[in-house]
Amino acid sequence: MNEIHEREVRKLLKKAVPPVRAELRRDLWPQMLRRIEQPRRPVPWIDWALAATVTALLLLFPKAIPVLLYHL
Amino acid sequence: MELLERFARGDIGAFEALFREFQGSMYGWIVRIVRDRDVAEELTVEAFWHVYRAHARFDPDGNFAGWARRIATNLALDYLKKARRELPLMVDPADEPGANPALQRELREQITRAFSQLSPKLRVVATLALVESVPYGEIARALGLSETTLRVRMFRATRILREQLRSFRGVEL
Repeated sequence: MNEIHEREVRKLLKKAVPPVRAELRRDLWPQMLRRIEQPRRPVPWIDWALAATVTALLLLFPKAIPVLLYHL
Repeated sequence: MELLERFARGDIGAFEALFREFQGSMYGWIVRIVRDRDVAEELTVEAFWHVYRAHARFDPDGNFAGWARRIATNLALDYLKKARRELPLMVDPADEPGANPALQRELREQITRAFSQLSPKLRVVATLALVESVPYGEIARALGLSETTLRVRMFRATRILREQLRSFRGVEL
């Protein structure tokens, strides 16, 4: 049954949204080199605080782990 | 020494050779997910940056393109998760198939709204499977999922899209 539904949706999408025919417009190697040479950014303190909060909450409420994994 | 072995040892020359060989296909894959050329360019560089940093974890006997694509797919998915606005589906607005532009526009807006109802995980599979007609196996490998899980996601995405697009079903364009 879902295959029929999928075909219907696919047919409708084909009428309005064409697939992308994307060619890379330029060589990205110069950007890549700049990215490699950039110093690594330190992790902001707020990220550490968030990570600590989430860890603490998961230790207190382990039943929330599947819910968190589902949303990741 | 083989190119992949040199890359795994951190040889920047080998990385450059791989970058030049795969930047086009990597960009092509990412743009099909994020539907924005500029964002796709940035994510291509970011994905190769992750590839470069992870060189020591790469198995030279493995499949470089598949491994790199999986990294790129995860980054593209992260981008969709962080994007708060309604993301466009049309990469090139000039590409307008069909004969009735007003109805086409209305339908496209409806489809864009319908896609915005999907979670990023469902949006990725729906875009690649339904719009880009990428085979299930290829999508599953890029997302690191089993085909069964992918089919479940497709089922959920199709159900939501069908619900959202019901008013347009059967309309001759």
